[in-house]
Amino acid sequence: MRRDVVAEERLPPERVALVDLLDRLLAGGVVLTGDLVLSIADIDLVHISLRALIASVDELEGSW
Amino acid sequence: MTDAGSGSGEGFAEGEGFAVGGNFAEGEGFAAGEGEGTYLYAVARDPLPAPAGVAGAPVRTIAHAGLVAYVSTVPLERFGEEPLRRLLEDMDWLAETARAHHLVVDTVAALTTTAPVRLVTVYADDAQVADLLERRENDFLRLLEHVTGRREWGVKAYAVQPAEQEHPQQSAEAHAGRPGTAYLQRRRTSLRGREQARRQALQRADHIHRALAAVAAAGLRHRAQDPRLSGRDAPMLLNGAYLVDQERDAEFADLVATFGGDGVELRMTGPWAPYSFTVMEAT
Repeated sequence: MRRDVVAEERLPPERVALVDLLDRLLAGGVVLTGDLVLSIADIDLVHISLRALIASVDELEGSW
Repeated sequence: MTDAGSGSGEGFAEGEGFAVGGNFAEGEGFAAGEGEGTYLYAVARDPLPAPAGVAGAPVRTIAHAGLVAYVSTVPLERFGEEPLRRLLEDMDWLAETARAHHLVVDTVAALTTTAPVRLVTVYADDAQVADLLERRENDFLRLLEHVTGRREWGVKAYAVQPAEQEHPQQSAEAHAGRPGTAYLQRRRTSLRGREQARRQALQRADHIHRALAAVAAAGLRHRAQDPRLSGRDAPMLLNGAYLVDQERDAEFADLVATFGGDGVELRMTGPWAPYSFTVMEAT
């Protein structure tokens, strides 16, 4: 397979870095609004998630 | 219901229009019950088996209007707006949900052209999803056409400082003055040097992005990742995403490889489902 050419960070889905994943899941993809129950467009998610992420990193690493 | 729903209802009015694939028995979960919603992962053209989705629920397909939606049933007590606001603050929940969503999208995208849907998109029931496919058929088909035979690659560039200490020549030229002055001068020179290096690095990132985008079918820059999130102290100069024709993967990778070194470190991720290139606002 051609994809092997660039194998540097080719990872199975469960090992993809969360931060790279969230870049795409929170800023990419088809955004649907309208008659649905909920879409992320209803929530300032990037802001929220970033806060959650930073908070969790803070917890992990303590004060720095 | 919208005009499309009532106007051309024949598509799925008999319940025949949307075939439901996979391990799905008749009746149960067809239209999500009271307190349940239909979570939408992705839209493609073929029904394929997919792994379990968010909250461990089995993923099924809704086929309508030549399109196939990948969905699962979710409890609204967790995927309603209010609970979700709280849960999104919960890092473990967010990580778990993002990974489950990704696993479904990634599995399908590895086998067929796929338009991923943004994380957490929940409909009242399957019929609403079928209605969406009908109303936005052309948009989805156009989107799928755009990403056919192409995959997304991520390219991140970091500024790596070769040496944090002052350069010898700067110390040498500062010798003339008194120690305090020399120190200040040295410091100023060092700051100026660093600022200049930063500006050059940013220009280089612009250059790299333009060059990669030229080989790709499309390219865009995500916001640079916070060092606290990326786990890397080195400043991120570029957080690019590129939609590349599969036949040009090798060419693209070779090009990426030419840009590393000399104070810039490059990391490539992927291939990804075309998350960054299926941004479509649909109502």
